Amino acid sequence: MAAVAEHIVASAAETFARRHRFRWYEALPWLVALAAYFAFPDYLALGSQIIATVLFALSVDLVLGYAGIITLGQAAFFGTGAYAAGLLAAHGMGAPVIGLFVAAAVAALVGLISGIVVLRTHGLTQLMMTLMVAVMLHEAANKANTVTGGADGLQGMEVSPVFGVFHFDLYGNTAYFYCLVVLFICWFLMRRIVHSPFGRSLTGIRETEARMHAIGSPVFRRRLVAYTISAAMAGVSGALVAQTTQFVATDALGFERSGNVLIMLLLGGIGRLYGAFIGVPLYMIAQDRFAAIDPVYWYFWIGLLLVLMVMFARGGVLGIIDRVGALLRRRR
Amino acid sequence: MSEILSAAVSIGFFGLAFAMVLYLISVGLSVTMGLMGFVNLAHGVFAMFGGYAVTTLMNDFGMPFWLSLICAVVIVAAISVVFERVLYRRLYGGDELDQVLLTIGLVFMSVAVAKYFWGPLAQLFQPPPELRGQVDLGFREFPAYRTFLIVCGAVLVTGLWLALDRTRFGAKIRAAVDNLRMAQAVGINTSGLFTIAFALGSGLAALGGGLGAELLPIYPGYATDYLVYFLIVVSVGGLGSIRGPFLAALLLGIADTAFKYLLPEIGSFFIYALTLVLLMWRPRGLVGRS
Amino acid sequence: MSEAATPAALETRGLCKNFGALTVANSIDFRLARGARHALIGPNGAGKTSFVNLVTGVLHPNDGRILLDGADVTPLSQAQRVKRGIVRTFQITTLFRGLSVLENVTLAVSERLGSGGDIHRPAGSRRHIIDEAYGLLERLGLHDEALRPVKELAYGRQRLVEIAVALGLSPKVLLLDEPAAGVPSSESGTIVDTIERLPAEIALLIIEHDMDLVFRLARRITVLVAGQILVEGAPPEIAADARVRQVYLGERAHA
Repeated sequence: MAAVAEHIVASAAETFARRHRFRWYEALPWLVALAAYFAFPDYLALGSQIIATVLFALSVDLVLGYAGIITLGQAAFFGTGAYAAGLLAAHGMGAPVIGLFVAAAVAALVGLISGIVVLRTHGLTQLMMTLMVAVMLHEAANKANTVTGGADGLQGMEVSPVFGVFHFDLYGNTAYFYCLVVLFICWFLMRRIVHSPFGRSLTGIRETEARMHAIGSPVFRRRLVAYTISAAMAGVSGALVAQTTQFVATDALGFERSGNVLIMLLLGGIGRLYGAFIGVPLYMIAQDRFAAIDPVYWYFWIGLLLVLMVMFARGGVLGIIDRVGALLRRRR
Repeated sequence: MSEILSAAVSIGFFGLAFAMVLYLISVGLSVTMGLMGFVNLAHGVFAMFGGYAVTTLMNDFGMPFWLSLICAVVIVAAISVVFERVLYRRLYGGDELDQVLLTIGLVFMSVAVAKYFWGPLAQLFQPPPELRGQVDLGFREFPAYRTFLIVCGAVLVTGLWLALDRTRFGAKIRAAVDNLRMAQAVGINTSGLFTIAFALGSGLAALGGGLGAELLPIYPGYATDYLVYFLIVVSVGGLGSIRGPFLAALLLGIADTAFKYLLPEIGSFFIYALTLVLLMWRPRGLVGRS
Repeated sequence: MSEAATPAALETRGLCKNFGALTVANSIDFRLARGARHALIGPNGAGKTSFVNLVTGVLHPNDGRILLDGADVTPLSQAQRVKRGIVRTFQITTLFRGLSVLENVTLAVSERLGSGGDIHRPAGSRRHIIDEAYGLLERLGLHDEALRPVKELAYGRQRLVEIAVALGLSPKVLLLDEPAAGVPSSESGTIVDTIERLPAEIALLIIEHDMDLVFRLARRITVLVAGQILVEGAPPEIAADARVRQVYLGERAHA
């Protein structure tokens, strides 16, 4: 009897362990990123922006896909990080990596404070709160235009070479790898978080909150931690964009940015960790191609895509892949 | 001293006119969100198309102001029924995120459609001759159109409140907002009720959009840029209530006017901060039930 | 009397709760003795589940106090009360249906041991937590289904998993909200057996409609009607009480 018990427990432990082991396809995004570097040398600037935005979308996935908090104001943290890094660079402290850490810290602080307020509410009120925080910061940045440069943007940003060695060249080589390395580190950390007991409890809180309370989980605290970490990640992504474009304006805090990232994540698949890696490049490459041709049409088709996806393809590209996979398995 | 009084009266007057417009547009949103539990971020689209309808009918077809308003309301209400039956209805009781994303998509489409048909600039709105100029209210002169807005708004609001309190339809709405399942159990056709309430709310929004074309200029970004205002009115007022949003609209209208007049450097920041504080104090809205 | 000297495992004093005009708890004074086998019965709408919700912290009372082992826990949140030892099961099974039986219990044990919020290591890496969870399943006879997803189990077995999860939290006071609700009579026997074999030191309060179950398990019964305690006593007293018969059986008592 004891041997059987031992076997089952070992089997269970093995099942749990298997969940967080690396799978071969998890190397794909990085291989694709490397391949793109060599295949599209003229598009490295766009590539860096895509990579930085993937990080932004990951931050939304953590708070929305895992913790289940709907936010219309994630740009608040993106913009905070962007301005933090931008202001540092505009005032003589242009070391990029330090800028990232400062951006993360400031954004995390804003996330923590706003989270304490926002996460005490539910439903529409919570949605409103997330929007209010972003709108307030946007307005403040607009009005304080002597400091921030307002809608025209921050002037005088000078970003130093990374570690004093890799200076940001005109072709975007340094920027590309800078963003890629930062994304890799943050993705790795987020993956650990998602597979940890904390991460799994977030899923529990999202799906069956009553049960989580009933087993003694400090639900509010867990949500707040997730919200703060997500804010820090968004702040880092904002800093990346500011540093690699040497520019930041009030649109970094705008509703459009918060809305766009939701669309990108939906496109890839929410709560899947890799939805960001699929949805962001798809959206941004399409935008680069079509929005230049006719921005009016772009908005129309994106809006329509959104409507159709909500009705028919709620799981995004990953959801479609799942369904196709299940269909193929049934055929066998 | 009389300067301060004069400023206060101005702020009160213009703020009240603004509040009327905000209320007319937002009350429909409060009812549909409280009734159907549907987060409709595209509500401003109906106000916008109401405004476009009124200005187009007046400017391009020479239709009288009053007639344009009625036509705009009817057209938008009809379109809204199509939206409700085809799209919204499928997401009732569903995931809030789905509703948010769907309606954001509709807003994006509306921006493109508006820009395509009417171009990027704000529509020109000229009040009918009888409502132009100033009107003497005894102690001071005020712009005639704003006065009209206040009067018109007051009449509509009173009518709305009476209808809700005294008619059977109003009673059904109140019952359904209070307890949907009980209302269904008692035999109220909630499905039809939803459609009618939605059409009414959208029609009122169109009316507000048309009437307020001077205050909230009609241009493609209408539904995104003014969304914050409508959401503030509804969330601070209290979902499902029609009196709460009036109070919220008053607060918002007067505060916004006051700040723009007295402290333009601060702008809307204080409005947003005030909203945040109010929502922290009363998460269910000023009139919301717990 | 020795009862007054040692504090009860759980006590409510003057517990009141109303929703507007609806009163679900009307100044309830209730004592749950240490190691009790106590049942709370009453007609539908009497406020039994509301009482559990008040005691566990899901609802905040308008007035009154809740004491655990003599200590006032009224200001504590639900999660804090669970940490102190007030544990409940749900009337409608509220488990993580996509997860395995073992994983559901492991989650509870993990939270109890303070590892539920660990962010630095992968989930499932602490063997001793899984061991303890499995041990619990063995005690309840659920070990054969340990790795199966909860949604694949028969409803009666799911109700048992609810109890297993509750035990994983090392309760001092265990509130079972209709443990046999919705369970076909063929499976309810196991549930009754399981409840009978619960550790003696746990103070047990069972909400139930099934009178056979109540009379088999309870040493003391409280009858709740319209948010108020009607009568309290040993099973034979309650069975003989005319008021109880009237509340439950209506005119049949006089027929």
